[in-house]
Amino acid sequence: MESDHVMMMRTTASFRTSANSFYKKSKATSFVSLPSSLLDPYIGGFFEVSLKVQMGDSQYSFSLTTFSPSGKLVQIEHALTAVGSGQTSLGIKASNGVVIATEKKLPSILVDEASVQKIQNLTPNIGVVYSGMGPDFRVLVRKSRKQAEQYLRLYKEPIPVTQLVRETATVMQEFTQSGGVRPFGVSLLVAGYDDKGPQLYQVDPSGSYFSWKASAMGKNVSNAKTFLEKRYTEDMELDDAIHTAILTLKEGFEGEISSKNIEIGKIGADKVFRVLTPAEIDDYLAEVE
Amino acid sequence: MSIFEYNGSAVVAMVGKNCFAIASDRRLGVQLQTIATDFQRISKIHDHLFIGLSGVATDVQTLYQRLVFRHKLYQLREERDMKPETFACLVSAILYEKRFGPYLCQPVIAGLGEDDKPFICTMDSIGAKELAKDFVVSGTASESLYGACEAMYKPDLEADELFETISQALLSSVDRDCLSGWGGHVYVVTPNEIKERILKGRMD
Repeated sequence: MESDHVMMMRTTASFRTSANSFYKKSKATSFVSLPSSLLDPYIGGFFEVSLKVQMGDSQYSFSLTTFSPSGKLVQIEHALTAVGSGQTSLGIKASNGVVIATEKKLPSILVDEASVQKIQNLTPNIGVVYSGMGPDFRVLVRKSRKQAEQYLRLYKEPIPVTQLVRETATVMQEFTQSGGVRPFGVSLLVAGYDDKGPQLYQVDPSGSYFSWKASAMGKNVSNAKTFLEKRYTEDMELDDAIHTAILTLKEGFEGEISSKNIEIGKIGADKVFRVLTPAEIDDYLAEVE
Repeated sequence: MSIFEYNGSAVVAMVGKNCFAIASDRRLGVQLQTIATDFQRISKIHDHLFIGLSGVATDVQTLYQRLVFRHKLYQLREERDMKPETFACLVSAILYEKRFGPYLCQPVIAGLGEDDKPFICTMDSIGAKELAKDFVVSGTASESLYGACEAMYKPDLEADELFETISQALLSSVDRDCLSGWGGHVYVVTPNEIKERILKGRMD
């Protein structure tokens, strides 16, 4: 980010030196990818450039995701970093269902862990888990649920998993190409079971989505993925997948794994997505030992 | 004269054994004057889904274009055809969108659903669906059609018998209605083929 600032400063400074009088007379119209508050310390010292941005008169109504010279969208890279420092979550697609799981590390023992639920339903047959910023996840869940209900209202048919993932990804992409907003700081793992069978999708802050057989996100992603690559088999059943998910979480877990600090959600051929109760998680943990 | 009787129309659909038939008249008129004798009221959405629209001709054409548009987008996005029940819900929603300035048509939807089970339904101009197990009718000749269908219909007819039944019902009903007629257009759809036939009745 710092290098971006310096780059922009140099560019505008060069305008200044080459066309001094021009700038004093007219108002400069330019696209600048910096909030003007960051320029304030420079304005008195270096130059008086009035930034007239294209979209309206608000000083903050520009897109933060403008391309860098290397062709990257730096904000999205940073969003992915935010995801990468979030708690580990993973998903595994079995032959007869899908399981998603996440760490549930709470900031203090005083937090009522029963009130925190990281895995959410989007529809009765689609569930989702995230890595990254919790509040962003809440907003996406709300929007996705609404889209799923709108589809149901229009077609009286439950929304296929692919369609819901696509619409959620579209929302995330819109936030990378609009004014005055920032990308979402979450990656989602969407697990569902519809007419096409069990499906697992990952959606990134950029709005790209992929179908996975097994995937992980968050802090321990490389270890977890290596572990999954070794352990995954095509004809795995749902219970095996749950065991594998627990073992994968255990790989990078700091401290003692228990039913109070992980969350598991599964969907089987019954097409009902459900978060497991702590008692059920205890049973699976006992089987894994 | 009501606006629904401006152009004149008759549409009927019947359920058979793993097949359905949908038929309409061919007259397009402007009140008492006949303008065309080959007006198409029934349109194919996909191989197992047909929609017949009665009512004001301009709305018939526009609504058909809108529905084909929606279905094509659905096919591209979801990589599959729409089921008849789903399509009926879509039509109902589109009609209700214009609740206070409606499309002046009454659709008749007929299709083969899952496991090739025939599905028919009709709705009024603002989207009130009416599902039926045997037959549905719509248009200026609807009252005669109700009577004729009730008398002639039998459940579980094969494709050829169904064709005979629906044709007789249609022709005898439009004969009693001055605003519809000039022949008939019948589609009989089975899981494997679509048979389209033109009927020649009283040409008046």
